[in-house]
Parts: sequence; structure tokens; C-alpha cells
Amino acid sequence: SSNEHKLNFKKSKEACLSYIQDALLQKQWQRAAEFLTCYAESLEKDYSREHIGPSEMIWRIGTEILWHHSQSSMKEFNCFMEQMKTLGVKRYLKVCLEHVFHLLCNGQIDEAYQNLSLAESWRFGEQTAIQDKEMKLIQAYRGLLDYCSWSKQKNILLEHNEDGFSDLAVEQEMHGYFRKAAVNLKEIIKIPGVWDIFVKCYVDLLEFYGDHNEARQVLNEYAYNSKFPANPNAHVYLCQFLKRQGESKKSLISALKILHDIVPSHELMIDFNTMLQKSKKRKKRRLGLEVIFAALDYAGWKENAKAWSCLARQVKQIVISEKHLDWVKQEWNSRKDWWPAFHFSRYLAKRNWQENKSLSHEKALVAGILLGKGCKYFKYVSHQGSKAQLKRFRMLKKFVNRHNPVYLRISG
Amino acid sequence: RDFNERCAQCSEVNWGLTDGGRFYCRSCHNVTERTREVVNTDFITNSRVQTISKGLRKQEKKDGGSEWYICEGFQLVLKKQVEALEALGVCPQMKDEILCNFWRCYLQKSKQAYCKRPAGEAVKALSVCESSTDVDSDPERPSLLHLLSLSESEGDLQTDCSFASSVSKVSESTSVYSGSVDGSLYLMKNQEEKLSMTMPMTLSFCYMALLWVREPITLSELLRYVVEGHIPYLNVFQHFPEKMKLCGLDLKIFCVESWPVYEEVFNKMHELAAFLDLPRFPDITESCFLHPDMLCMKYLMEANLPDELHNWTCRVVKKIGIGEVDFLTLTPGNKSTRKVKYDVLAAAVIVVVLKLLFLLDDHYEWFLSELAEERNKNNTEGGPYFEFKKWYEVVKRSLDVEQKKLDEERAKYLWRCEKPLFYSVKNKSKVLKRRQMVVNLQNQFGKLSGSVQRAEKPNPSSFQLSWSEENTDGSCFHGHSLKGILQEKCGLLTAMNPDYWLCTVKLCNEKLCGHLAHYREVEFPQSYHFVLGLFSFLLRIQPSYIHDEVCMIEHKLFNKKLYKKLKYNTVLRK
Repeated sequence: SSNEHKLNFKKSKEACLSYIQDALLQKQWQRAAEFLTCYAESLEKDYSREHIGPSEMIWRIGTEILWHHSQSSMKEFNCFMEQMKTLGVKRYLKVCLEHVFHLLCNGQIDEAYQNLSLAESWRFGEQTAIQDKEMKLIQAYRGLLDYCSWSKQKNILLEHNEDGFSDLAVEQEMHGYFRKAAVNLKEIIKIPGVWDIFVKCYVDLLEFYGDHNEARQVLNEYAYNSKFPANPNAHVYLCQFLKRQGESKKSLISALKILHDIVPSHELMIDFNTMLQKSKKRKKRRLGLEVIFAALDYAGWKENAKAWSCLARQVKQIVISEKHLDWVKQEWNSRKDWWPAFHFSRYLAKRNWQENKSLSHEKALVAGILLGKGCKYFKYVSHQGSKAQLKRFRMLKKFVNRHNPVYLRISG
Repeated sequence: RDFNERCAQCSEVNWGLTDGGRFYCRSCHNVTERTREVVNTDFITNSRVQTISKGLRKQEKKDGGSEWYICEGFQLVLKKQVEALEALGVCPQMKDEILCNFWRCYLQKSKQAYCKRPAGEAVKALSVCESSTDVDSDPERPSLLHLLSLSESEGDLQTDCSFASSVSKVSESTSVYSGSVDGSLYLMKNQEEKLSMTMPMTLSFCYMALLWVREPITLSELLRYVVEGHIPYLNVFQHFPEKMKLCGLDLKIFCVESWPVYEEVFNKMHELAAFLDLPRFPDITESCFLHPDMLCMKYLMEANLPDELHNWTCRVVKKIGIGEVDFLTLTPGNKSTRKVKYDVLAAAVIVVVLKLLFLLDDHYEWFLSELAEERNKNNTEGGPYFEFKKWYEVVKRSLDVEQKKLDEERAKYLWRCEKPLFYSVKNKSKVLKRRQMVVNLQNQFGKLSGSVQRAEKPNPSSFQLSWSEENTDGSCFHGHSLKGILQEKCGLLTAMNPDYWLCTVKLCNEKLCGHLAHYREVEFPQSYHFVLGLFSFLLRIQPSYIHDEVCMIEHKLFNKKLYKKLKYNTVLRK
């Protein structure tokens, strides 16, 4: 705006774009459409030197508007996408792919599949080679839809088996989908990337057909190959697989350790700690303590009674055995400044007591050991517990009182 | 001028000249038989008008088009433009007598027609030349490719590969390069002669004609009408007849992709007037619309300022002599007189008057406003006293609304039209496909724009802001009195403000750096910037142009003091 009174085509369209952008950000779809109508004539000018040309702009903006505008229909949307496919051959596959995503979001699986097949058969000179990555994605998604079909057939088959029928036709179809899916899924996961859904589906297929070795190899590659971007899910999948396969504790623990390093707050940490506590090796038990303390550093775990019971159990065990109090001391050292306010405030004591007595019980134990019997949390909970005449709280009180000197050694 | 007889009809001595060279009475429009014996006025030359079409043109070409020359195209453009002006109420003589004659004179002087050897004849020879593979053999004549690379960066020419490749494959006809016969020649000649015709120059022609007839349309208004679509300019080629095929280099000449710029049209007009050897234009006198007294009146109204300010503007105009006929009237070729921008000048006078009365240093005008407010409380007379603060609030609000509308209009401006343009037959289908896609998209998203349909072109209006005295909310300041900020001294009402600050102590050399001064918003008070902004909006020009005129006026006004007391840097006592 301001006092600029000159105007040319380029500046005019730049201004138009910024109005469109504002409208999109404020979800004013009508207004965005109004300005896009004016922007459309940019197509008649060549912007081959710009980073993003008008045809790409129109494709992306138009998609947004048509997707959200209340008066737009799926028919209009599809028609628009077909037009966009003809606009830029360098973008053809990308547009196809995005169109497929929208169709899937709208539940139109069959149309999506048709579009994917059509796109797969596209050839355009050297462009085919240049757009190789997009082509792989298209094949991968078709593989995914094949997997969905396989899954459906599998369920039908299982049902029929239950009822005592054996259905050869269904079985054949199922195997057919498997082959189609497997081929494409296998291809895409070779390329470094984040392919969670493809990996999961492929592993599912492999497990069903009993190819556990291949499945383990795939998951190991996905988790440990440094060329692939760091992805905590990869480790989760591996751990889940190892568990399903009843693999040795050793491999499971090493996988979980990596997960702990990447995502200390992951939900598998409870299982991990439980496993580690049971171990005969001192190092493992030490690690267990580290793991459970680290998990409880995160706000999402504050009210998790199971997590607290893990910690409580381990701490109690240490206190009773009077061995390895230095472990607790080490863990507590970096936390003693902020855990009291974070977990053991009087407000939380009241709330935990009201909402979840087991939680408060476990927390009170930990608080009592770490902060001594005089701490707010313990005092409140044990008092309430005594009032309510609950046995376990009486026992809790006794326990903490008996072991109070420990607190002094820890906090010192 | 030496004609002193009384008019036979009305007995007045107030003569003007028709372009036929006859004297006519300005009061009653009585035309006499007396002519002025000066060769100058007879700028229409020989009556043996040789039209371009005869003898040189082959009628039918393969694609149904016929040969046409660039200047024919421009002639059509001018015709359309002047017809539009006529529709706006301009006198009909402008088309058939004034503009037509200017154009013919131009053609003659630039040797494109009406002379013994029209330049078009050379074209054939040139195209044969170019069919040799050695296009760059003549180092002086820029090759076509070189010409293309000199074009503006956003031109399609550079990026259209199919066109570039066709340049090397020369064909016999020149239609590969341009639909017109001399399109390529025209662009090349651009380098040598300074005054080839361009689209902005068509507006210079129009303005020149308007000035000759002294129509009440300023240049800024003319350009605003162009932008608003009342005067054909942007896609005027769509009115060319079917047989005038437009392609290739013609596009570079006739397609416009930017709004006309005041300075460019203005300067070209003066160049043109000198080139055509025109005599002194008809006098701009006090009764003319373009006279600063008249224009100030208009702008004061539009700016919602009190009518009483007009007295002050007239005083300033008189004091510095910018109301004199000789100052205002254009004499082409006279390099010593400064070229007058009537609209900018009038706006600048108002700005100076505001500075005189209100100082506009971001403090004093508000102080005066409070004073006026106080006085207004005890005001028993008819009209209220003018309060700067109230005026500022009202005008700023309206201005912001209008500016916002204008900004949206700029973003929504449509540049293309239905008639497709293509550089060569090769990319015709691509262009048509693209056009179809654009139309489809416009339809599809136009429907989703809701009830907001593109409004019809607003009727052309001379006033962009209007204020009605009938509004009871007090938002019209025309009738307000300045007494609130004036004081009596020796029986006269003078401004209370004793000070004045100069925009600049030393003027730049306009010929060297193009400006008299350099305006940077941060260096000046906000109120001054606001006032400049207001007129900048009304005239659709950069504030710096108005600032230049303000500087010029101030230097004339405080001439004596400036040269005597140079040590008093910025603040002077009046």
C-alpha cells in the first residue's frame, strides 16, 4: 500500500498473492477465491525464472480453497485436479499423488486406486526418469491399498474358517494382493526415509506368511541403518516385534535402551523398567532406576500410577536392602531442586488423594523416602490415609518412619 | 495578440486563435475572417495527403490479414482514445481538428507519411537483408536478438524458446517477426530516433490536445481515467480490425503491462510539442480551469478544507507570479521556462498555505486546534471555527478507507483480455490453451467468490472524495471559518503563526538529478507527510513530486530572505 502509485503486472500479482495468503490464513475461503480469480491470468505470463511459478501457486492455492470451501463439491475438486495435471508436466506425478491423498481423506478408496494405477502407467520421455521418486511413492501407495485389500480378504477368510468353511477363491485373491503389495512395499523401504506405515504393513504381511527372518531384517535396517533419518518409531516397531516373537531378553533390552536414549518418555519404558528390575545384573538394575526416573521427568507421566509403582517398588527394595543407596542419591541429585514442586506439592497431594488413592500411595512412598517424613506430600497423604483408616497407608507411614534416616543420607 | 479590435458581436477584446489560424472572440465565440500571418500555425502541410495504404500494400495475405504499418495501429489507438474523451464530454473539435492535425504533423515530421519518401519503403529492403544468415554482419545496426535481450526482464520474448529459434530460420515474409510490416524496423529505429511512437506517448498526444483546447481535465485526471478503464489504453489492440493481425514484435509495441507514469507522459508531451515545432499554446488565463486559482478551489473542496483558504492560495499565487499568463502557457521549445504541472502546482500551493497558517511541525497545528476549539465554545457567529484536529480525523478516516479500496483494486487488476496474443504461429495453440484454462479457472473460482461480484466500472468522476454540507455530523469543513486561528493586526486578519520552516534550504539542479529536492518521510513532520499523502492520493502521484513543487514555491516566496539571511538555517520569520 502506501504511496506507491506505479503499478505493473508483476507487482499487481504479487499484491494479489499476499491478499490470497491473508485470506487463507484467516480461512476466508470466499475472499481467497475472489482474489485467485484475479490471479489466474498469471498463467499467461511466463515466470520460468521464479522459484515457484504461477501454475504451481494456482494448483496449491486452488486445492486449499476447493477442499475447504463450503460450496465446493468433490466433483469440482476432481475436475480441478485433472486440469492441474495438464498444467505442468514436471509436476504431473506430484499432483496425482496429492489428488490421491485427498481422495483417501474423503474415503474414496476405489477412485484413489484407479488414479494410482493410471499414474503408474504414465510415461513422458526423460521426465519419467526425473520423477522417479514420485513414481516410487505412487507404487508404494498402491501397494498400501493392495495391503488393505489383502487385509480385508484375510479377515473374510478367518471368519469363514471359524464357521468351518474353506474358501479357495478368497484365499487366492488374498495371496494375489499379498504379492502385489509386497513387491511395492519392499521397494520403497529400501530408500532412506520415514516409511512407518509401509514398514508396519510389510512386516505384518511377512509375519503372516511366516517369514520372520525377513521381517527382523527389515526392522533392523529401518531402525539401525544410519542412512535413514532418526525415527523413534522404528525402534518401537522393532521392540514390539521382538516381544511378539518372544525373542531373548538381551536383544529386546538393547533395542529398548536405544529407545530410552531417543525418547525417554516413551510408554514402553514401564515394561523396560520392569524387565530391568528383575535382572540379576547390577548394571541392568541400575539402568532400570535411571529409566524410570527419566520417564517421570515428563509431565505426561505425572498421574501414571503404574510408573510410580515401578519407582516405588524399586526404591523400597533399595531402602530395605540398604544396598545401592548411592544410586538413588545420584538420580535424586539432579532432581531435588525441581521434583518437589513438580510432583510433591501440597496441591498435588490433595488432588491425587481425591482422584486416585493408589497413585497417592505410591507417590507418598517415594516422597517420604526422598524428602523425609516431614515433607508436605507425605504428611498430607499419610494423615488422610490414617483418618480413612486404610491399612496400607498405616503401613506406609510405619515404613517411612522406620527408614527416615535414609532420607538424610540421600539428601546430603 | 496584436489584434485589438473590438468584437463585432460582443464588443469585447478577448481574442483567441482557432487552429485554422483565425481569430475568434473568447467571450462569444464569434469567428472572424482575419487570420494570423505566421507560418507557425500552419503546421498542417501539403494538402496532397498521401495515404499509406495506396501503392505499397498487398491486400490479402494467407491468413486473411492484410499488411499494416505500426503507425496505422497507433492512429487507431488515438482514434479510440479521443472518442472516449468525447464520451466524457470533451469538445468534438478535439478529435477532428486538433488531435488529427497533431498526428498528421507528427507523421510528417517523423517521415512516416505525408512526405515524399515514407519510411515504410525501406522495410522491404531490410527484410531481404535479414534473410541472410549473417544477421550480425552490420555492427552498427543492432541485431534482432540483441534487441530482444534489451527488452524488459519480464517480457515473454526471452523465455519463449520457440520464438527465439524461429529467428534464425528466416522466412520470406516478415510475419514471423511481426504482424505489421514494419514492426521490427520500428523497434530498431527506436535506438536511433528519439521520438518513435509508444503507448505512453498516445497519452501524451491526448494530453497535448487537451491542453491546446484547455479542457478541464488535468494530466493526473486523464491518467486516472485510463487506469479506471474509461480511456482505452491497456488492451486497446483488441479493437483493431480482424485483418490487422498482431503478433511477434507488435506485442512489444502495443501491449502495455504497467500503468502510465505521470512523469513519463508529461515529459514526452513536451518533447513532442517541441518536435512538432508547435507555436505557443493558447493562453492559460485566470478563467481557465488549469489556472492555479481554479484548481486550488477544486482541490480545497476535495480535501475538505475551508473555502476561506482560497483567499490565501490566491495571495500566494499572486505573490510569486505563478498565475501569470506567460508562466502558465506552454511555449514548446523554450528551454528556459520551467514546465508547469498544473495539478501538482495547485496542490503544492495548498500545502504551502497550510504550512503558513498551521506550521505543520507536529506541535503547533495541534496547539492551534485546541485554541480554535476553545474559541468555538464562545462562538456565537454562524459557522464554526476550523479545527485542524477534527479535520484530520475526518479526512484520515476517509482516506484510509479509500486507500484500502485502492490497494485491493491494484491487487485485483486484470491485465489480459479475450484477444489472445502470440509471438509466432508456433505457439498459437499453446497460448489459446492457456487462455482457455484461465477462463475456466476464472469461472470456477468466480462462482466461489460468493455474492461479491466485480462491480461495474464506476462512472468517471472528477472528484474522488466528496463532502456534503448537508451532513449533520459536522464532517464537512467547507463552510468553516479560519477566524479561530487568525488574529487581528492593524485592522487585518493575519495568521497567528509567526514561523515557517523550509522544506529545503538549497534546491537541487533539476537537470542533473531530476528533482529539486529529495523527499524522505522520516525527515519531515508527520502532519506534513499526511498532507502530502492526501494530495498524493488525489493526484495518484508520488509525494516527492508534490514536495518538489512545494520547495519551488517556497523558494520563490522567501526569495529575498533566503539570499540575505542564509545563516538562519531553517526557521524564518515571515
